[in-house]
Amino acid sequence: MNASTSTTGTTGTTGMSGATIDTLRFATAGSVDDGKSTLVGRLLHDSKSILTDQLEAVAHASRNRGQDTPDLALLTDGLRAEREQGITIDVAYRYFATPKRRFILADTPGHVQYTRNMVTGASTAELAIVLIDARNGVVEQTRRHAAVAALLRVPHVVLAVNKMDLVGYEEKDFQRIVEDFAGHAAELGLPGFTPIPVSALVGDNVVERSARMDWYRGPSLLDFLENVPVGTQKVDAPARFPVQYVIRHGELRSYAGQLVSGSLRVGDRVTVHPSGASSEITGIDLLGTESEVAFAPQSIAVRLADQRDISRGDMLTTGVEVPALTQEVRAAVCHLADRPLRVGDRVLVRHTTRTVKAIVKDLGGASELRANDLGRIGLRTAEPLALDDYAVSRRTGAFIVIDPADGATLTAGMVEL
Amino acid sequence: MSAAQGFSLSHLDALESEAVHIFREVAGEFERPVILFSGGKDSIVMLHLALKAFAPAPIPFSLLHVDTGHNFPEVLEYRDRTVELYGLRLHMASVQDYIDRGVLRERPDGTRNPLQTLPLTEKIQHEKFDAVFGGGRRDEEKARAKERVFSLRDEFSQWDPRRQRPELWNLYNGRHAPGEHVRVFPLSNWTELDVWQYIARERIELPDIYFAHYREVFNHGGMWLTAGGWGGPKSGESVEKRQVRYRTVGDMSCTGAVDSDADGIEKVIAEIAASRLTERGATRADDKMSEAAMEDRKREGYF
Repeated sequence: MNASTSTTGTTGTTGMSGATIDTLRFATAGSVDDGKSTLVGRLLHDSKSILTDQLEAVAHASRNRGQDTPDLALLTDGLRAEREQGITIDVAYRYFATPKRRFILADTPGHVQYTRNMVTGASTAELAIVLIDARNGVVEQTRRHAAVAALLRVPHVVLAVNKMDLVGYEEKDFQRIVEDFAGHAAELGLPGFTPIPVSALVGDNVVERSARMDWYRGPSLLDFLENVPVGTQKVDAPARFPVQYVIRHGELRSYAGQLVSGSLRVGDRVTVHPSGASSEITGIDLLGTESEVAFAPQSIAVRLADQRDISRGDMLTTGVEVPALTQEVRAAVCHLADRPLRVGDRVLVRHTTRTVKAIVKDLGGASELRANDLGRIGLRTAEPLALDDYAVSRRTGAFIVIDPADGATLTAGMVEL
Repeated sequence: MSAAQGFSLSHLDALESEAVHIFREVAGEFERPVILFSGGKDSIVMLHLALKAFAPAPIPFSLLHVDTGHNFPEVLEYRDRTVELYGLRLHMASVQDYIDRGVLRERPDGTRNPLQTLPLTEKIQHEKFDAVFGGGRRDEEKARAKERVFSLRDEFSQWDPRRQRPELWNLYNGRHAPGEHVRVFPLSNWTELDVWQYIARERIELPDIYFAHYREVFNHGGMWLTAGGWGGPKSGESVEKRQVRYRTVGDMSCTGAVDSDADGIEKVIAEIAASRLTERGATRADDKMSEAAMEDRKREGYF
């Protein structure tokens, strides 16, 4: 469905402006040499998303390295150090489109020391592709990638069993890996996954369905990416509206922000957190157009019936399911920084538009967390935060821990109420 | 819409909402933000989004133009008209000044794009700008594909791609020490086609040189450059009149025109959708210098 046409005035342009096309954000993860870069290259190449000058640049760079065939990994390994070392260091974002959908791909490195990059890519992804080498089956890094996808609650996981050409396209190899992965997935709390047998090198089941695996009845990878339902916000979810900025113009006060869940209507009663004050919405501005209603994830500005002391960091909500207002935060975490996080550390916690001081009270029994560790945290904050469980909202249930000394981002947190 | 199940935004609405969110984050977290405004299409779209983000109030930012001295007159005219129309404050950093004072030296190839970094950095330091919006997009170039939305720079404006902060969800971390600043890229997730579709949808006016017109050009290193006071053509390069348009707008000495009969926005969109060349590949000499030309310029503080 496309409700945006009626609510945001996106009518009037031609079909070429693509008003009804939506976007899938997805992330890839695989161990070293699973063929991830080849898969990404194949996806981009076969969907005709690589342009002539990019291919020429890759071919030229490959020749400089003494390679006869273009190394498609050079498309995403954009940094000098990555090209020199032949590894992917940092998340690379790629953009491509098919007639059905527009895609934002976060291509994340598979090395174990770079788990933080997968966490970064997965945080905004609605789908994660976990890549496995059919010859090796489920390995430690596969488990780790599945754990990150489960922890970050990526809604869809594709298990791409690659290099099927090297195991003779045998169904039994595929089935064995799928069953093995399913066991781990259940253990990790991954609600489900879609297994697809592929050969990135040859192109089987990447864009076109392969005739070499007639036992496989499911979609090709691209077919699945094009059709998986995503991006849909539940209209009847409780509204969560973190205030980013107060727009003042003459007598006018309006509260600007991005609606992160649910919907708001003129006439709705809203509660302001953390003060607990309540008011009524008298107007909604959709970037210059007055509207009766707004939906997540629109950026809007709302006006209220009475002048309240509301500023950046406050949150407006509707409905009976209010967020938990608390100074005791419990969460699952992934530690991202090279410096360890220790019990007793004084930190900053950034949650929606609010930043507060906090002390690390416990680390789930551990004395410290090191880079790429997954764990648990207990924090006491200087001021209350309006929290939802991360399982309910990936936006109002997420926070980052910041080092007050130099501003570094230390840890990613997923609230457990 | 069919009541109570779901709602999803079109891709342009989603990109617009994300960019507006980024502008408002900066307004809420920084003291002295500035928008890099060249009069090119990406900076024009940035300004349009900023105006929408804070309407009906004026935008809480000023503009900064890094002037190479090799500008297209149509673009300068557009810039000045826009500043006047919205009552904006325009800061200038002039490459020509630095050359006249002997601080920077003209390069043998006449290209001034790499010379912009020092005037930009010194202007940022002098004006104490703490957030600098750039129109860079990740789809433009492979080093830009690794760029954060909020990208921390030290007092020399340097970018260290190996020490970037992880950027999760939409929790942008803008903390910085005095003297440091943050480059902010609200169009990170836009493609060239998105930019043009948005320009069409919002009916945004652009400088004329983005549309097909007849102009005197000469072939230099495989690109059509405009003849002019900046130094071209060299002896042996002959000037001819061709129907062209500009796909990007930068320094005249290194920005090439493309052969085109796209004289209106829908034709431009059709042309880009069918193009087999990236916009920088088709039009920028400065990126062709080496495999890592953009990364090297960015490390030194380029936008």
